[in-house]
Formats: sequence, structure tokens, C-alpha cells
Amino acid sequence: MSRLIRMDSSGHTTLAEWTAEDPAAVEAALAAFRAELEQGSIAMVSRGAGHAEHVRELPLDEQLVIMRRPIAGG
Amino acid sequence: MSAAGALPELADVYWRPRMTPERLRRRDRLWTLTTAAHVVPFVAIAIGMVLLSPVALPVSLAALAHAWLIPELYARRGATVTRSLAPSGERPERVSLGLLGDLVDHDARELHARTGLVPEPGRLGTWLVGEAGALLVAGCRVSCWCVRATDPDGARLPSGDRVAHLLLALRSDEEGFATVANLAFSGARWRVRRRLPKRQRAALDAVAESASGRATLRA
Repeated sequence: MSRLIRMDSSGHTTLAEWTAEDPAAVEAALAAFRAELEQGSIAMVSRGAGHAEHVRELPLDEQLVIMRRPIAGG
Repeated sequence: MSAAGALPELADVYWRPRMTPERLRRRDRLWTLTTAAHVVPFVAIAIGMVLLSPVALPVSLAALAHAWLIPELYARRGATVTRSLAPSGERPERVSLGLLGDLVDHDARELHARTGLVPEPGRLGTWLVGEAGALLVAGCRVSCWCVRATDPDGARLPSGDRVAHLLLALRSDEEGFATVANLAFSGARWRVRRRLPKRQRAALDAVAESASGRATLRA
């Protein structure tokens, strides 16, 4: 089961869960992903120690996709 | 660290040249020169006054105090990048720390629990990532970077999420991260260490120790 989560004021919120065998869940995940991007979120996939990748399309084969807010110099 | 994609936030600071190890070294040297430009005149005044007239000793001492104080104030400003922000509710804090814990290894989790800072080795040095900024430790030098996650509308992120935001951005594009962040201070490690809260000094010591260990192994 793959998950799309958003880091927010609750800690994090699960936006979608899907498996490749469930087209409806995949479609819902893609819609949630697009909606988050439109809100200005940035999608990240952790690649293990010291590595992370910014993704522009929802990687359907990843276990966990994390939406984060932009960062800015303080 | 992966260089697969540049940070999207770079578009917001398009006028800044991308940070590189060479640029960072130049900025470090500039900080050293600036510090010297503040300190040397006051020390010269202090010496000159005493040589001119021993009666001017109080003025001389005041000049020396200035020479000491100005770099200290800069270092103090730099050390504030590791400050903890006001916590959210208990549950969001717990949930966010769980997610952060999944992103780092046991040693980093343990150090974060003790100090509030997550260590992250990089190409520019070893980072200590906090809620509102990060320290970059390279040899005997520390750079203090002010950078934070922008809060969602009308809400505040819990502490673990703040650190996770910075950590993910750092891991995806270290040089981009250093470009987006504002450099608050660069100088001697001892100077920053004195200005850190006591519990965070342990994080700086741990990183410095492991860095010197790596250097010994390389030698």
C-alpha cells in the first residue's frame, strides 16, 4: 500500500492510499497530488540516508510520498 | 546527497548565485575580514591610547571591550538560528516526531531528542538542522543559516515537521538549500558554541568530534 501524506499542523495528514491494482484509488491519489501542487506544496520522496528527491509527478510505485511547504530564508 | 533536481524555492531567490564550496569559502573569508575590520581598529586604539598616556587606560579598556563585544554580538545572532519555536499541541508534536524519526537513523534520533538538532553529513560540511535554521560545521568553522518552512495558512507546523521540511530540502539539493537560506554568521566554532543553549552544545561537540574522526581516518 502506497501513501501520499502532507506535513501540516496536525503532524501529518494522509491524503491518499493506493495500490497499483486499484485504479480508482490511483485516480484519487493523482487528483489529491495535483490539488496539493496547486496549493504550492512540493512533493518529496525519501531515498534513504542522506538522499531525497523532488518529484513533479506522483511516483505510483513509491511507498511514501511526502508533501511539504516551501522553505524560505528567515 | 542527490543532485537530481534543484530546489523549486531557488526561483524565489533568482538573483542569488548558486552556493558552491568555492563560494562558501569566499564568504567565510569575507566574514573573517569583516570581523578583523571591526576588531583591529579598536585594538589599535586601545594600544595607542595607553602608549600616548597611561591616564587613558579606561578608554583603552573600553576600546578592547568593543573589540571583544562586536564579534560576540554577531555570533549571538548566528546562534539564534537553532532556537526552538513554540510547540504545537501534544498530539501533532508526537505525530511529527514519528515522521521525522522515520527519516533519520537511530543516532540522529537520539541526538535530536537530546538537543533538538538533527545531524546531516553533506558535501559542504556536516549540518545540524533545527526548526528555524541550521548550522554548517566544517573544520573549526561554523556557518549559521537562517531558513524555515513557511507555515500553512493560519496554522503552525509542529517542531518535528519543521525539521523534516528543512532536512528533506537539504537532502534533495544541498547547495540549493544554502542558496535559499540566509547566512547569519560565519566564524570560529568556539564563538558560536558559547552562544548556544547548553543542551545544543553537545550536538556541536558530537559533530565536531565525528568530523575530526573522519579526518583522522582519511589522513
